[in-house]
Amino acid sequence: MRSRQRAGRAPLGLRLAAAAGLLYLHVPMFFILLYAFTTDDKSYQFPPPGLTLHWFGVAWERQDIWNALFLSLRVAVASTAMAIVLGTLAAAALYRARFFGREAITLLIILPIALPGIVTGISLRAAINLADIPFSFWTIVVGHATFCIVVAYNNVLARLRRTSGSIIEASMDLGADGFQTFRYVVLPNIATALLAGGMLAFALSFDEVIVTTFTAGQQSTLPIWMLTELVRPRQRPVTNVVAVFVIAVTLVPILLAYYLTRGTESTAGAGK
Amino acid sequence: MRPAVSFAQVSRHFGDVRAVDEVSFEVRDGEFFAMLGPSGSGKTTCLRLIAGFEEPDAGDVALHGQSVLGVPPYDRRVNTVFQDYALFPHMSVLDNVGYGLMVRGVPKAVRHRRAAEMLELVALGGLGGRRPAALSGGQRQRVALARALITEPEVLLLDEPLGALDLKLRQQMQTELKALQRQVGITFVYVTHDQEEALGMSDRLAVFNQGRVEQVGTPEEIYERPATAFVAGFVGASNIVDAAAAERLIGRRLAFSLRPERIRIGGPADGAGDGEHRVAGTVASVQYHGASTRIEVALDGALTLVVDRPNDLRGEVRPEPGARVRLSWPAAAMQPLDGGAG
Amino acid sequence: MSIAASDLALGGGPRQGVGRRLSTFLYRHGGLFTLILIAPPLAWLGIVYLGSLLALLAQSFFSFDDFSGQVIYEFTLRSYVELLTNRANLDIILRTVSMAAAVTLGAALIGFPIAYMMARHAAGRVKAVFYLAVMLPLWSSYLVRVYAWKLILAKEGIVSWAFAEARLGWLLDGVLALPVIGGPSLSVSYLGMFLVFTYIWLPFMILPTQAALERVPKGLIEASADLGARPFTTFRTVILPLAFPGLVAGSIFTFSLTLGDYIIPYIIGSSRFFIGQAVYIQQGTAGNIPLAAAFSVVPIVIMAIYLTIARRLGAFDAL
Repeated sequence: MRSRQRAGRAPLGLRLAAAAGLLYLHVPMFFILLYAFTTDDKSYQFPPPGLTLHWFGVAWERQDIWNALFLSLRVAVASTAMAIVLGTLAAAALYRARFFGREAITLLIILPIALPGIVTGISLRAAINLADIPFSFWTIVVGHATFCIVVAYNNVLARLRRTSGSIIEASMDLGADGFQTFRYVVLPNIATALLAGGMLAFALSFDEVIVTTFTAGQQSTLPIWMLTELVRPRQRPVTNVVAVFVIAVTLVPILLAYYLTRGTESTAGAGK
Repeated sequence: MRPAVSFAQVSRHFGDVRAVDEVSFEVRDGEFFAMLGPSGSGKTTCLRLIAGFEEPDAGDVALHGQSVLGVPPYDRRVNTVFQDYALFPHMSVLDNVGYGLMVRGVPKAVRHRRAAEMLELVALGGLGGRRPAALSGGQRQRVALARALITEPEVLLLDEPLGALDLKLRQQMQTELKALQRQVGITFVYVTHDQEEALGMSDRLAVFNQGRVEQVGTPEEIYERPATAFVAGFVGASNIVDAAAAERLIGRRLAFSLRPERIRIGGPADGAGDGEHRVAGTVASVQYHGASTRIEVALDGALTLVVDRPNDLRGEVRPEPGARVRLSWPAAAMQPLDGGAG
Repeated sequence: MSIAASDLALGGGPRQGVGRRLSTFLYRHGGLFTLILIAPPLAWLGIVYLGSLLALLAQSFFSFDDFSGQVIYEFTLRSYVELLTNRANLDIILRTVSMAAAVTLGAALIGFPIAYMMARHAAGRVKAVFYLAVMLPLWSSYLVRVYAWKLILAKEGIVSWAFAEARLGWLLDGVLALPVIGGPSLSVSYLGMFLVFTYIWLPFMILPTQAALERVPKGLIEASADLGARPFTTFRTVILPLAFPGLVAGSIFTFSLTLGDYIIPYIIGSSRFFIGQAVYIQQGTAGNIPLAAAFSVVPIVIMAIYLTIARRLGAFDAL
């Protein structure tokens, strides 16, 4: 009954303030949903003059949306894969090993999300310019993978730290060499962390816009498509339909990642 | 026969800490060998040096006469029962026990049969399908044992295996472990900080202190003839008398230790036989310990001796603090100590 | 060996082969193994990322020819001189830093009660719900969340409607008429921008604060109460000082993220630029990459100073 004691009754003022804060965090998203059904496509009139499913059909027919969606998916898959490999290697090397420059490497991994996105973006742009590299699918992926590494790294490192170090020793003790130990003991134990890290990296990449605007050139990912629509709206509710879709696509991996790593470790500390 | 394990001038340092400092000892084939010492005394590091998780900075570790320097743990015929058991959380109990066979490519049917047999041996038959998390501490302990024994190692290393269990279970497991060792005939090297455990279970034991081995011997040798003041004080209770005090007490400049239960206590008028030392003093405190009573006696001349008296002497009056008493002990009960004691 | 026959009789034996030998080699050379593991991520981040940052830094020391529209690849401090002497550029920096400070303060005020509820009054299922409620916005689409506010703050949107329905339209107009924070409508005012920034970065403030509050031992609070302190006194003298490193840790995120953002001022804002926009415009439409690079060094320098102070305040232990 320890939890009962701990959850002692909070003062009314505190509860109201917390409730108001949570409403502030969540209510705005309902308007995205609401405006996907409005009949008004010239302004953001509230209350909507009427409700319709018309825009879902319109969005379905728009080839530019499909193109942007497929580009975003391909980018997210590629950068997630690279981030998982690189982040896991980094976590494995830095877990328990103590060597000169360890702190500096940790800082280097965190830097791409610690510095404002625009710094990462303009840096990559500067490098792309200097090296005279044409914009391509891969210039986007390189940018995304760079800031996704830390997500995979954090998840795997947290899991490695939580996993008893002696099970690796136990495995080698019982006759398994390094590769067998990795396959039979390490991998099964970090699998869900890898998956969670991958999910979060995917969500992060799928809706990234700041770095992408610098590395995409003329290509349009789904967030870039949305940004263009926000600045120069054409059929406003169509943007809402896409936004609803983006929420759904990112919500699933985030929730999955949460359930995969439920427990003591925090996946959120990584941030964006 | 070659010793199962031998350490020759082995040192292992972590930074400035000399975890193991020029240690030499041998473990005979087939014996139950305990490594006893307080935490941080180097006993666990020695165990890890045998297992191959650590490599010595100097000296040589050999298994059956063959140096194992640079041999990884998986190529040593030595298995370990870890302090936290280190069971694989993602595998069933049966797969845990069969792991050593699996990585050696033993077919599934064979290793499952063998694992089931091992579980029977440790009295866990029928629990093979469970996950380690669904077992009690004592059961996990047995699974760890079965897993370590299935590949028939030449030496089994046990790192404080009973430390996490409660007293009753610990005593039961001590008996079972000892019986198991006789049954399988494998050399056991057993790390513990519990001197009762070490004395009760082992054929021989090494007492560790600050990265060094203080003494190696049978439990009787260690208890009856402690070589150093540390051993005398750490293994059982002891009165440690340094050279200067000994000169005043028995007239010889010789540091010695004296077990409290070897001292007899009597009233001031009691006589004593020949070849016995006799002193007089005042009772300073009396502590009732159940099976025995511990009495601290302040001798005339600043020294205090601790005396254990069994409580089976009916009708005898227990001395009260402040009472004058006469103490006596046989000369043979005094164990001379190496070096500057106390 | 009384229990059974050897491994070989059971149909197995120690593994042989290249893998085993490689494993043994790497086991004996632990340092080399670590090096092999760290090399790919280190190469990636060192070359791609650090290289890019250096490229950016290098660019900031070049200059831009306004007439030809070309970058002149010669070392010069012209971009920095232009950055620090042009009144408009200094205004941009001041505007951005003020907004970042306001957002940080706002996020701390709104976030603290949530963090406090999570840390001290929620348990079990409730706590999980709280945690998800804070984490979901953190990871879900940034752009969509900004867009939601464009809908809300629009002149014809819900906020104006609600004020009108409550017959408080005069109040909204009065607020919008205020100098500096006001504007023609919420969606193009600093007030609106502040609301959106705070909304977007709020989770980054809540999580470290909550973590810091969790670490305040319960005994300490009870001890304070035992000693006769009223709840508010306990809060002010015990809880707040101990939670402060968490608040500072959170402020690192809210401050840094606001400094570098250009989407929010772009979508919810007037034509008065923020640092992020300046960088974006300079490198994009203007093509003046050296000035853009010099501009983006500003948030790096500000954050370096900020982090130095935060470190002194013990914020790194709360991250």
